Amino acid sequence: MAIVDLTFNSRLPMQVVPPDWPGNNYWWHWLFFTVVLIAFVLMMVMGAIYIERRGLGRMQSRLGPNRTGPFGLLQPVADAVKVLLKENIVPDSADKVVHWLAPVVAFAPVVMIFAVVPFQNGALLADLNIGILYIVAISSVSTVGVFMAGWSSGNKYSLLGAMRNMAAVVSYELPLVLSIVGVVLAAGSLSLNQIVLTQNIPFILLQPLGFLIFFAAACAEINRSPFDLMEADSEIVAGFHTEYSGMKFAMFYLVEYAEAIAMSAIITTLFLGGWRGPWLPPWLWFIIKTLIVFFVMVWTRTTLPRVRIDQLMALAWKFLLPLALINLFITAIQVLVWPQALPWLAVIINIAVMFVLVIIWSRLFRLGWGRVEV
Amino acid sequence: MTTEQLMTLKTEPFVVNIGPVHPSTHGVYRMRVTLDGEVVLDIEPVFGYLHRGIEKLAEERTYTGFIPLTDRLDYMSAMSNNLGYCLAVEKLAGIKVPERAEYLRVIIAELQRIANHCIAVGAMLNDAGAFFTPFLYLFREREKIYDLFEMLCGQRLTYNYMRIGGVGQDIPAEFLPALAKFIQKIRRFISEYEFFLKQNEILLARAKGVGVLPKELAINCGISGPVARASGIKWDLRKADPYSIYDRFEFDIPTGENGDCYDRYRVRIEEMTQSLRIIEQASKQIPGGPIRADVPHLIRPPAGEVYAHIEAPKGELGFYIVSDNSIAPYRCHVRPTSLINLAALRQMVRGWKVADLIIIFGSIDITMGEVDR
Repeated sequence: MAIVDLTFNSRLPMQVVPPDWPGNNYWWHWLFFTVVLIAFVLMMVMGAIYIERRGLGRMQSRLGPNRTGPFGLLQPVADAVKVLLKENIVPDSADKVVHWLAPVVAFAPVVMIFAVVPFQNGALLADLNIGILYIVAISSVSTVGVFMAGWSSGNKYSLLGAMRNMAAVVSYELPLVLSIVGVVLAAGSLSLNQIVLTQNIPFILLQPLGFLIFFAAACAEINRSPFDLMEADSEIVAGFHTEYSGMKFAMFYLVEYAEAIAMSAIITTLFLGGWRGPWLPPWLWFIIKTLIVFFVMVWTRTTLPRVRIDQLMALAWKFLLPLALINLFITAIQVLVWPQALPWLAVIINIAVMFVLVIIWSRLFRLGWGRVEV
Repeated sequence: MTTEQLMTLKTEPFVVNIGPVHPSTHGVYRMRVTLDGEVVLDIEPVFGYLHRGIEKLAEERTYTGFIPLTDRLDYMSAMSNNLGYCLAVEKLAGIKVPERAEYLRVIIAELQRIANHCIAVGAMLNDAGAFFTPFLYLFREREKIYDLFEMLCGQRLTYNYMRIGGVGQDIPAEFLPALAKFIQKIRRFISEYEFFLKQNEILLARAKGVGVLPKELAINCGISGPVARASGIKWDLRKADPYSIYDRFEFDIPTGENGDCYDRYRVRIEEMTQSLRIIEQASKQIPGGPIRADVPHLIRPPAGEVYAHIEAPKGELGFYIVSDNSIAPYRCHVRPTSLINLAALRQMVRGWKVADLIIIFGSIDITMGEVDR
């Protein structure tokens, strides 16, 4: 049941249809989408690395990689070949089994996120009716891999990085989930495909505050700047993957970008209308929107300095969490008041509420605790 | 584990080595940091990894032959080192420097100050975690200064440009127009930089009130330069003990109030503007004439000792030379700005977090070449 009915887009009614891609047979569908997903993740990671490195270059008034292939397009391939040929070093003091296992534990859940992300109407591996819950659950598992890496390396920098990561993920999970709940209330469904189908206008308009909270919390969860202090290169060298080299390092590199792409894809699906859009094929819309969100992440990375660990915690508990709760409360009231369909008035109210709340909270809010007496 | 056991879990501080090979130790500085979780309990600095025995080497060189080695002290401001050393020898031997050379020296030393502060601010922001963007923007401007220096002497990092009694070569005809153009451009750039950074919320949160250096501590530790001025000490050798021809120019000494990382950053930006003022005045007044006094290649200063100090970009840079009337110094000692400015680091960082340790260290602005010599 879709609550949002703004009759903005006249292509309604839409329903979950079986994909017109191969997939009438259950196993055929399963095999096809598994292969597509893995290829998709790897290709998107390569694209992301290219966008990040070229984008960083442009924004830092330099060229960026431009030697490998036309416009440096083959740079990710060159990177991949390089790390594959590197020696695989395991430190003496490492817990060998955990050290080997960590990259895999970190990587697998990230690919699994894409299982429920719709590429076009019904084109997804499994249309779970609890899709968003599944994502929330599975995306936290890769943190276990990160902590395994930090702990098993037998390196203090790694341990510090892993501890920071755990603390950040535990704190930021709350505002992240609460901001999702607002979307779920508005859409009336937990299934991602259904959420996209109900977005006659992108939910970024209906849930602007939720979008901001989700974006900030997502950046913190996946170690993107300005919350990248789990692998803060100027402080703790490389954080949890300091002692990794060769293919195991490549796996962590892959995790980093695959997580960024996964979060971009989730933001696209929840807030930007997923695969919906005029003229272009839906899957292309999906990829374009994902890359735009990723580009915003690259942009923040080049622009902002890093926050400190106590400021990171303060931001989660004192800023994002109360705002997420208020956002949830307001959305719930709106859904109660207009049970059939949310009117355009709701969009205006929510945008106004976002501005007022963010301004008030940033006036009241003081970051961090400062010095400790020792 | 039971609850009681969990409540009485023993925790203990642990020691982390930051450096000598670390992304943000500005070379090969090493700190043995005792951490309680994220909080810095204590640090123990270890240095000497870049020791090259430059002071001893001075005893084996002629007075002129030591000038290239002073470039290697603080290689981010090589011209200022040249100037400090030449002033010391000139004071010892009683050499009068021609007017034109004095003006050239002032222009160059102030350009060098801007170049040095570009790196200091950029590196501090890099330590704060701004991923190389401010660093590279500032490097872009520093390159323009290096282009000017290349015009003068053909070198871009270690210039060996100043001579005892003057400077190496006269400026080419296109230098002064290029300088005027550069001043115009960098003014616009500094205001652009202010626009981006002055009110940046994260930078304020990271730098304001962090790593406060009290006035008394700064004086007691002998700290000088922008670090001391940020703590509110109005002490600048260009005003306090004018050397060369600095008494002829109008400029202000910017000072901070709190002595935190943000003030140190602000003071450096302000100093860049003040240096531009000096350069503008000097390039207007610059007279013609010779650029070097009539000094023999092998100088034999009379026996005696001398201490000359200048306001280098990082603080007071002094050269103490003992002469025994031979062609080489009997003893040469450098008062290293970077090393002495590090003296208060331990008091500044205790109780702050690891991330603060890095930004405080970055805000002091050291060069390892000068710390270890």
